[in-house]
Amino acid sequence: MIPEPYEAIVKAIIYLLLAPVLGGLIAGIDRKVTARMQGRVGPPLLQPFYDVGKFFEKENLVVTTTQNFYALSYLVFMAVAGALFFSGGDMLLVIFAFTLSHIFLVLGAYAAFSPYSHIGAERELIQIIAYEPMIILTAVGMYMVTKSFYVGSIVQSTTPIILYLPGVFIGYLIVLTIKLRKSPFDLSTSHHAHQEIVKGVTTDFAGPNLGRIEIAHWYEYVFLLGVVYLFFAWNPFIAIAAIIIAYFLEILIDNTTSRVKWQMTLRSAWLVAGTLGVINLGVLYYLRMVVVP
Amino acid sequence: MEGGYLVQIIQLLLFLILFPLISAIVLLFAGKSFDTSWIVKISALGIGAVSLYLLAVGFDKGLITYAVSSGPVDLVMIIIELVIAVYLLYLGIRHKKYSAVILVLVQAALILWFEMTYGRHIELSYNLFFDQLSIIMALIVGIIGSLICVYSLGYMETYHQHHPEIKDRRRMFFFLLFAFLSAMFGLVFSNNLVWILFFWEITTFCSFVLIGYSQTEEATNNAFLALSMNLLGGVAFAAALIYIAAMDPSGRLLELNTLIHSGYVFAIIPAVLISFAGLTKAAQLPFSSWLLGAMVAPTPVSALLHSSTMVKAGVYIILRFAPVLTGTTEGLMIALVGGITFLLASCMAISQSNAKRVLAYSTIGNLGLIVACAGVGTYNLMWVAILLMIFHAVAKSLLFLCVGTVENRIGSRDIEDMGGLIERMPKLAVMMFIGMAGMFLAPFGMIISKWAAIEAFITAPFGLVFIVILAFGGSASLFFWCKWMGKIISVMRHQENLETGIRPEKWAVLYILTGLVVIVALIFPLISSALIEPFVMQIYGETTRLAQANITIMLLMLGLLIIMPFSMLFTGKAPRMAPPYMGGMTTEGGMKYTGSMGISHDLVLSNYYLKNYFGEEKLFMTGTLVCWGLILIALIMIVGVIL
Repeated sequence: MIPEPYEAIVKAIIYLLLAPVLGGLIAGIDRKVTARMQGRVGPPLLQPFYDVGKFFEKENLVVTTTQNFYALSYLVFMAVAGALFFSGGDMLLVIFAFTLSHIFLVLGAYAAFSPYSHIGAERELIQIIAYEPMIILTAVGMYMVTKSFYVGSIVQSTTPIILYLPGVFIGYLIVLTIKLRKSPFDLSTSHHAHQEIVKGVTTDFAGPNLGRIEIAHWYEYVFLLGVVYLFFAWNPFIAIAAIIIAYFLEILIDNTTSRVKWQMTLRSAWLVAGTLGVINLGVLYYLRMVVVP
Repeated sequence: MEGGYLVQIIQLLLFLILFPLISAIVLLFAGKSFDTSWIVKISALGIGAVSLYLLAVGFDKGLITYAVSSGPVDLVMIIIELVIAVYLLYLGIRHKKYSAVILVLVQAALILWFEMTYGRHIELSYNLFFDQLSIIMALIVGIIGSLICVYSLGYMETYHQHHPEIKDRRRMFFFLLFAFLSAMFGLVFSNNLVWILFFWEITTFCSFVLIGYSQTEEATNNAFLALSMNLLGGVAFAAALIYIAAMDPSGRLLELNTLIHSGYVFAIIPAVLISFAGLTKAAQLPFSSWLLGAMVAPTPVSALLHSSTMVKAGVYIILRFAPVLTGTTEGLMIALVGGITFLLASCMAISQSNAKRVLAYSTIGNLGLIVACAGVGTYNLMWVAILLMIFHAVAKSLLFLCVGTVENRIGSRDIEDMGGLIERMPKLAVMMFIGMAGMFLAPFGMIISKWAAIEAFITAPFGLVFIVILAFGGSASLFFWCKWMGKIISVMRHQENLETGIRPEKWAVLYILTGLVVIVALIFPLISSALIEPFVMQIYGETTRLAQANITIMLLMLGLLIIMPFSMLFTGKAPRMAPPYMGGMTTEGGMKYTGSMGISHDLVLSNYYLKNYFGEEKLFMTGTLVCWGLILIALIMIVGVIL
C-alpha cells in the first residue's frame, strides 16, 4: 500500500528536518557511552553539533573544486534515500539511492588523488560490496514476509517479522557494524581519533565539506536504525527497545574488538549473507512457495 | 486504406536488409580514388533514419507475417553458404585449424542433408515477420550499429597510422561492417528458421574476418577460436532444423511464430538446441573466451560485437524461445548458465586492468543476466530482459568508443594509465563517466533493470537462486565500475590537454551516444509502454511495468543528478586550493614524495584488483565446468524427450 502523496511528502519533510537532530544526538550519546566504556568522562552530549558548527565556520579548503560537488551529492542523495524510506517508499529504490550516495563519497576521495584518500576509497568500496548483498537480501526477506517492498506496508504489517527473519537480522547487524564505521569493520575511516590511513576516505575533506559529510552520516544513522525498526514494527515499544539494544551492542563490539583486514571483512560479510541470510530466505521461500503456495 | 501499411512495412524491412548490403558491395568495389567516407556516412544516415521510420509506422501494429516467395532466395542462400564454407575450409587448412575445419564440414553436411532430404519439399509461405521486438532490435542495429560505422572512419585512419605494419584492408573492413548490419536485420526480421540460420552464419563469418583483421598470429588464433565456438552453435542450430523437418514434413513449424506456439513436447527440443546456439553466440560461460579474444580487433569491431550485433543475436534468439522455455527444467538450466555467467564474469572483471577486458567481462555478465531472465521466461522477466538489452546496447557502445578514442590518444587501454583523464581529456572523461553511470548507478538504465529483475524473480520458480546471484554479482560489478570511475576523475595536477585532433564525426557519434544514454533513462517508461508491454502482452497475455510513483521518483532523481554538477557554479566564495595530505612530507605541489637520501619519488596510486579472490583462472575454470554440466543436463533431458 502506498501512502497518499501529500502524507508521504509531509513524512519526508519531517525526516529531512528532524533526522540530523536525532542523528547528531545519537552520535553524541555514542561518544559518551564509548568514553564511559573506556573509563573517560567523554565530551558533552551536544559535542557533535559544536563540531559541525565549527566546520562550517572554517574556510573552504579543497584539493580540487570537484570535491564540493561530491560531498554535496553524498549529502543530498543520503537525504533522498532516507526521505524515501521514511515516506514509505520502495525498499529497493531506497537501497539504490543509498548506494548512489556512497558512490559519491568514494568518488570524492578518489578525486583528491592522495594516498590516504585513495586507500580509503578502495576500502570503502570493499565495504560497500561487503554489505550490499545482505542489504538487498534484507529487503527481499521483508517482501517474503509482508508481500510488499513498500516501507509503508511493511511497517503496518502485524506479523512479527523478526521471527521469520532471524538469520537476516543477524546479517543486517553486520551491515550496521560496517555502516556505523565500528570496529572490527572500520577500515575506510573511523570515529576513533586516528588510524593507519589517517582519516581514510575523508582525509582530504576539510571545513564545510567535512561538515556536510558529517550531516550525511547523521541522516544515515537514522535510516539504518529505521530498518532495524522494521524487523520489530508490529510492536513499537519492542522496536525502540531493539534499536537501543542493537546500538548498544554495536558500541560494545566497537570497543572490544580490533580492526580486521579487508579480506576478513569481505569474507565474513559475504559468508554471513551467503549462509545465514540465504538459508533463512531459502526456508521461507520453501514454506511460502512450496508448502503453502 | 486497409493493409496499406502492410506493404509499406514490408518495403521497409526489405530496404533495411538490402540497403546495407548494397552499400557494402559499393564500398568493396569502389575505386581507390573515390572518397568512400561519404558512402559510409550517407548509408549510416539512411539506415538510422529508416529504422526510426519503421518505429514510427510499426510500433502499434503487433505481429505481422509476410508471404515472400522463397524459391530463388533459398537457392542464393545455399550458394552463399557453400562459398563461405569452402573459403573457411581453405583458411582452416592453411592455418592448420583442424577443429574449425571439422566443424565447417559437419555443418555443411548437415545443411546439405537438410536441403536434399527436406528442404526441397518445403515451401514456406511466411518467411518474414515483424513485431515490437523486431523494432527494438532494428533500432539497436540501425542506430547504434550505423553510428559505430561512422566512428570507424576516423578510428581506422588513426589505427593505420599507428600500426603501419598492418595491411590496410579498409575496403573489406567497411564491406564487412555493413554486411554485418544487413545480416542482423535479416536475422531479426526472418520468420523462417532456415533464413535465420543463414543470417546467423553470416554474422559468424563477418565476426571471424573482422576479429582477424590485423592478421597477426594472435588475431588469427582468436578469430578461429570465435569461429569454432560459433560454428558449434551453428551445428546445434542446423540439428534443430533437421529435427523439425523430420518431425513435421509440411515444414510449417519451421516458421518461428508457429513453432513457439506448438507446445512443449514438440518445441522444447529445437528450443534447447537453438538456445544452445544462442549461448555460444552470446559468449556465455563455457564459450566466453571467444569474446575476450575478440578484443584484438580494432575497437569499433568490439563495440559492434558487444552492443548492437553478434552477442545481441544470441540473446535475441533465446528471448524468442523464452515462452517455450518458461517453467521447464531445461529452461532453468539455461537460465542458470546465464546466472552463473553473470556472477562469475562480474567477479572476474574486478581482477582486470585492461579496459577492453573489463568491458568484455561486463558484457558477458550482462548478457548472462538477460539469458537468466529469458531462461526462466515468465512475462515480467521477458520485460526486464528486453529493457536490459536496450540499456546495455546504448551504454556499452559508448564505453567502447570512448576507450577506443582514449587509446588512440594516450596509446594505452590500461585503466591504470587513465588516471586523471578528467584533466587530460575532460569531455571524453565526462562521457565515459556517463556511460559507466548508465551501467551501474541509479537512476540510470541498468539499475532499473536490476531492480525490476529482483521484483520479477521473487515470484518466479526458483527465483530466489537468481536473486542471490543478482545481489552478489551486482555488488561485484559496482566495485569494478566505481574504481574505474575513480581513476578517471582523480584530479592530478599539471596535466596537458590531449583532447585535440579528434575528428568531428567521432565527436558527433560520441555526443549522440552520450545523449542516448541519458535519453533512454529518461524515456524508458515510454519505450516500455509503446513497445515492450505490447510485445509481452501479445506473447503472454499479461504484462508488467514499474509502478508510476517509482518512475516519478526515478525521474526526479535523474533530474537531481543532472543539475547537481551545476552546484559547483554557485559555491559563493571561490574555495582555496591546497595540496593533498601526504603525511607532512609534501614537495612540489603534492605530486612527489621526498624519500630517504633526499630522492624525490613520483606519487603513483594504483587500484585494487584482488586477484587472490577474484582471479581469472580459478573462476573461469569453475564456471566452465559448472556451465558445461548444466548444458549437458539440458541436452540429456531433450534426448530423454526424443526417446
